[in-house]
Amino acid sequence: MSLSPYAPIIGLFALAAAFSLFSVGAARFAGPHRYNKAKLEAYECGIEPSPQPVGGGRFPIKFYLTAMLFIVFDIEIIFLYPWAVSFDALPIFGFVEMVLFIVAVFVAYAYVWRRGGLDWD
Amino acid sequence: MEETVHYAEATGLLGSVWLLVAIPLVSAAVLLLLGRRADRWGHWLGVAAIGAAFVLGLSSFFQLRGLENKSVELSLWDFIAVGDLRVDFGLLFDPLAAVFVLLITGVGFLIHLYAVEYMAHDAGRRRFFAYFNLFVAAMLLLVLGNNYVMLYFGWEGVGLASYLLISFWYGRPSAATAGKKAFLMNRVGDAGLAIGIFIMFATLGTTQYDEVFNGVGALTGATVLVLGLLLLLGAAGKSGQFPLQAWLPDAMEGPTPVSALIHAATMVTAGVYLIARSNPIFSANSTLQLVVVSVGALTLLMGCIIGAAKDDIKRVLAWSTVSQIGYMFLGVGLGGGAYALAIVHLLAHGFFKANMFLGAGSVMHGMKDQVDIRRFGGLSKHMKITWLTFMMGWLAIIGMFPFSGFFSKEPIIVAAFEREDWTAWLFGGAALLGAGLTAFYMTRLFVLTFHGPKRWTEDIEHPHESPALMTIPLVLLAVGSVGAGFLLSTSVPDWLTATAGLGGEHAEHEAVLSHAVITVLSLLVTVLGAGLAWFLFRAGTATAPQPAGVLVTAARRNLYTDAVNEAVFEKPGIFLTRALVYLDNRGVDGLVNGLAAAVGGGSGRLRRLQTGFVRSYATSILAGALLVMAAFLAVQAGWLA
Amino acid sequence: MTELKLPSLDYAALAPILIMLGAALVGVLVEAFVPRRSRHVVQLTLALLAVLAALTMVVLNADDRLITAGQAISVDGPTLFLQGAILVLAAMALLLIGDRSVERGGAFVAQAAVTAESADDRRQAEGRNGLTEIYPLTTFAIGGMLIFVAANDLLTMFIALEVFSLPLYLLCALARRRRLLSQEAAMKYFLLGAYASAFFLFGVALIYGFTSGIPGRGAGVDFSTINAAVTESPTSPVLLFAGMALLAIGLLFKAAAAPFHVWTPDVYQGAPTPVTGFMAACTKVAAFGALLRVFHVAFAGAAWDFTPVLGAVAVLTMLVGAVLAVTQTDIKRLLAYSSIANAGYLLVGVLSPSRDGLSGTMFYLVAYGFSVLAAFAVVTLVRDADGEATHLSRWAGLGRRSPFYAGLFTFILLAFAGIPLTSGFTSKFAIFGPALDGGQAWLVIAGVLTSMVLAFPYLRVVVMMWLSEPGESTPTVTVPGGLTSAALMIGVLATLVLGVAPAPLLDLATGAADFVR
Repeated sequence: MSLSPYAPIIGLFALAAAFSLFSVGAARFAGPHRYNKAKLEAYECGIEPSPQPVGGGRFPIKFYLTAMLFIVFDIEIIFLYPWAVSFDALPIFGFVEMVLFIVAVFVAYAYVWRRGGLDWD
Repeated sequence: MEETVHYAEATGLLGSVWLLVAIPLVSAAVLLLLGRRADRWGHWLGVAAIGAAFVLGLSSFFQLRGLENKSVELSLWDFIAVGDLRVDFGLLFDPLAAVFVLLITGVGFLIHLYAVEYMAHDAGRRRFFAYFNLFVAAMLLLVLGNNYVMLYFGWEGVGLASYLLISFWYGRPSAATAGKKAFLMNRVGDAGLAIGIFIMFATLGTTQYDEVFNGVGALTGATVLVLGLLLLLGAAGKSGQFPLQAWLPDAMEGPTPVSALIHAATMVTAGVYLIARSNPIFSANSTLQLVVVSVGALTLLMGCIIGAAKDDIKRVLAWSTVSQIGYMFLGVGLGGGAYALAIVHLLAHGFFKANMFLGAGSVMHGMKDQVDIRRFGGLSKHMKITWLTFMMGWLAIIGMFPFSGFFSKEPIIVAAFEREDWTAWLFGGAALLGAGLTAFYMTRLFVLTFHGPKRWTEDIEHPHESPALMTIPLVLLAVGSVGAGFLLSTSVPDWLTATAGLGGEHAEHEAVLSHAVITVLSLLVTVLGAGLAWFLFRAGTATAPQPAGVLVTAARRNLYTDAVNEAVFEKPGIFLTRALVYLDNRGVDGLVNGLAAAVGGGSGRLRRLQTGFVRSYATSILAGALLVMAAFLAVQAGWLA
Repeated sequence: MTELKLPSLDYAALAPILIMLGAALVGVLVEAFVPRRSRHVVQLTLALLAVLAALTMVVLNADDRLITAGQAISVDGPTLFLQGAILVLAAMALLLIGDRSVERGGAFVAQAAVTAESADDRRQAEGRNGLTEIYPLTTFAIGGMLIFVAANDLLTMFIALEVFSLPLYLLCALARRRRLLSQEAAMKYFLLGAYASAFFLFGVALIYGFTSGIPGRGAGVDFSTINAAVTESPTSPVLLFAGMALLAIGLLFKAAAAPFHVWTPDVYQGAPTPVTGFMAACTKVAAFGALLRVFHVAFAGAAWDFTPVLGAVAVLTMLVGAVLAVTQTDIKRLLAYSSIANAGYLLVGVLSPSRDGLSGTMFYLVAYGFSVLAAFAVVTLVRDADGEATHLSRWAGLGRRSPFYAGLFTFILLAFAGIPLTSGFTSKFAIFGPALDGGQAWLVIAGVLTSMVLAFPYLRVVVMMWLSEPGESTPTVTVPGGLTSAALMIGVLATLVLGVAPAPLLDLATGAADFVR
């Protein structure tokens, strides 16, 4: 057989590559370069960040922690959702498996809780 | 010679003969690994290990005696399995191995006991016992192996232990040099043995004793001759036989118990063991036997002559060892029933020589490590036990009736006279002459040491007898020197017939002289030699070297063998080495250094690719990935197939 | 709705995996509920017991030859042998990880979030007890590796890859001292690992596409489908070969083959030494186990067309490892390059399509694992006030200071150099022999030549230890406690025993060298 079904994909790849190369290159040559303080800041909605974070742009690590914990439970939901939809297609085995999965996630939860991951201060 | 060896099953104790090797080995390992922590009790562990091995050896021996097929094989594991070469880690416990086991562990135990006291004031006593046990383990492996590779393994092991022990006091330049000399000369012999084993594999495809011996008949005469000569070279190297004898006297730089155990009683007899074990090879070619006999006869006379001119008590004993092993070579070279005679002499020699070496050690112990017999004299009054026990050894070695040397040496002389042609006169005469010379120089040693006027140096006021731990082994060995010969000569030959080819078919040629005449003659030359020496040296000797005639000077210089070695091997060797070094520096090294520089330079350049930046790593991975992809696709397209 | 058809699960066959993962979960709970001071003992015991239990199950399963959990897991000779190998080596690594006598508080940081080089960092380095999360992390990694060598389809393999990689990234970051180096190593390993995973996944996708063309059979990435597709599919094999290449790249990355080896020296150097040992021994087993299965089972039908390409990779790997080892000045980097070169030798084994090649490779993995763990055990012992003294100049004269440990290290280096009577010799023999029989003489020649080059850096270390006078800065060797001693002794003894009597293990490997397909 031929690779014809994949030809559009390859074409898309080529287009995407060409576009990004072109736009970055064109901007470099065509655009004016007038830098000011705001432009050299880390990009944050185009306005000057305010107030200035201490130590040059760091967030407290707690934010990341919370973000990561969110992902743990988010993934759990992603997995639970299709199961809930086709609950009746799976016999008791499916139920047991899902309980096991929830237990596994719960272990992580217990760890986070006991080690103070849920305390803000 | 097609012979099938019937093996008995390795049951009971016989299944555990491997412990004989394992026990000393483990104790050596423990002593070496524990280091100073074992200093306080290490020597007793060493003694106990050998004691245990002796008990085990003795009980295995008795069990073996009760069997109908007196041969037990024990294959522990596949040692080497490469292509067609299969070497088992296998042990063979048969009558020949059994008597060696008893000799090694029995005499070894006594010498260990002696060494506890002898080395008491040496800081390295634990290390000494570790090496000592390593030696015993290797020696037992040598005699217990069931193929030549195992033998070679033990052979190298004893060589290593011997080297470590000769240069035990490595702080002394002479000891270090002696160790090196022993090592190098042994290498010559070992190379012979190794090539011999290669030949066995190349021509017979096996190194297992029974298979080799069964296959010997199919080999051409020339192959057997070469094989035998190579084995003989190995044997000569280990046993200090002509032309590789020079290392043995120098080996006396080691502690005296070492001289007694390794360089008198056991290791140096490994060559005799090798030839006795390989008897089907040697019996298959009469030229080969003639060479062995000649080496033996030559060495035995050489040892006697040089021994008569030496003044160092241990060196005299060392040369006498060389000479006595010459007798054994003579015996194994004669073939037939004389194999067993040589083994009997080997065992008897183990007792009386160990006895005399330990006696010499005891003398040195009491005389502040003096070794010059010209500086002894009159010690019989001060060291009664040493004197009496040494006397037993002396009477034994000169072959005086009814001491053990008589029963073991005299049959070899008789056997030498039983050769079929004129060589009977040659070798018989040499053996007889050797007996007379032995009596002469051993009597000289004995008289100068224990009798006559005292000629001590001023710093020695009271020579003293050694403590009980040293004298007890002396007494036991002295008992052996008295009785062992008779017992062994009546029992061992029968016992050994169970080993393939040993004993049994005694050469059926009439001796050129009758047995009684030879006995009388040998006793006569012994008495003559001893009497002459007693007469000459009863009043002592000068304490400084005296001008001497050609023969004595030659003997003092080891019959110029060292000079010959130097002229024939060392000088050309040094020249060759220099030439090779030059070639090596300019040619080979140039190439290698060039390559090394290229590698090093390439390495230095490649290192710069390892920048430490993840981005460049990712790039190189990407580049690699593209290359691999491209290559795979090229393969698929058929460009690379 | 119709009921879904459920895969059958052979719990006994899966037991080793389930035990390790279960123990890891329990380990997390231990972290949560057991008081701090007893955690170390509980965790170490738990991990070791789990490894033992899993090993027992592997031994009990020794005769299993089956595929279970749908087509996801195959439990056959190679799986069991390699799982056994991973578990034994992991037990040794756990002993090293658990040691707290060499360094007060263990080799791991007390609190990972402390800013490197700060006062807090200096305080924690002084001897506060290291964190105990390392045990569940290690246990997870071991579990992942067990799945990795048993995976019978590419997706399971990918999951397993991630399951054992993620804990390893974390473990790399947890060194007690030289925190910056350690964190940098973890970061690099993570970034490049993720990068390599992407290649792997892309390869899986292409292969899935390739399998879709078989008449009368659904697409899939399990090995029997791939194998069928390789021989039957009318689809152009471009997809197959591109996919295979990408897949190989993902696996070769883990195996540290050139040019995908670049992370190895930095990560080996920065990671805590026990973890480096764990990676060098167990990750190698896992990665090569997977490579063996992929090439022997899934792509066997491709008539080994890929041999020249992978052969070139093998030669390049040997060359890079050997040549770069020559100029290293840090013992851990030296061992890293040596590990790269060994990956090259192992690839030679992978490329011998015979049963002997397979068993030789498996034997090599075990032998090398023992030696390398012992080597890293010694590295943990040579220390000064600032922790391990890894710069080679500091090892000068070590033979005079501590002849025993220098002797052991010498022995291991000689084993790496392939001196007879060590496992280094027998294992090289086990790999090069089948390669010669398989007509791959060029690989063997390259292997022997690079071994000679590689002997130089090893012997340089030996010469340095024994023939140099100890200087002011020669560190001392800490006399290790029971755990490290045990690991070291096991490693050295195995190196010796496998060198003197390799037959039993070789027989075992030969008996196991049969994939179920």
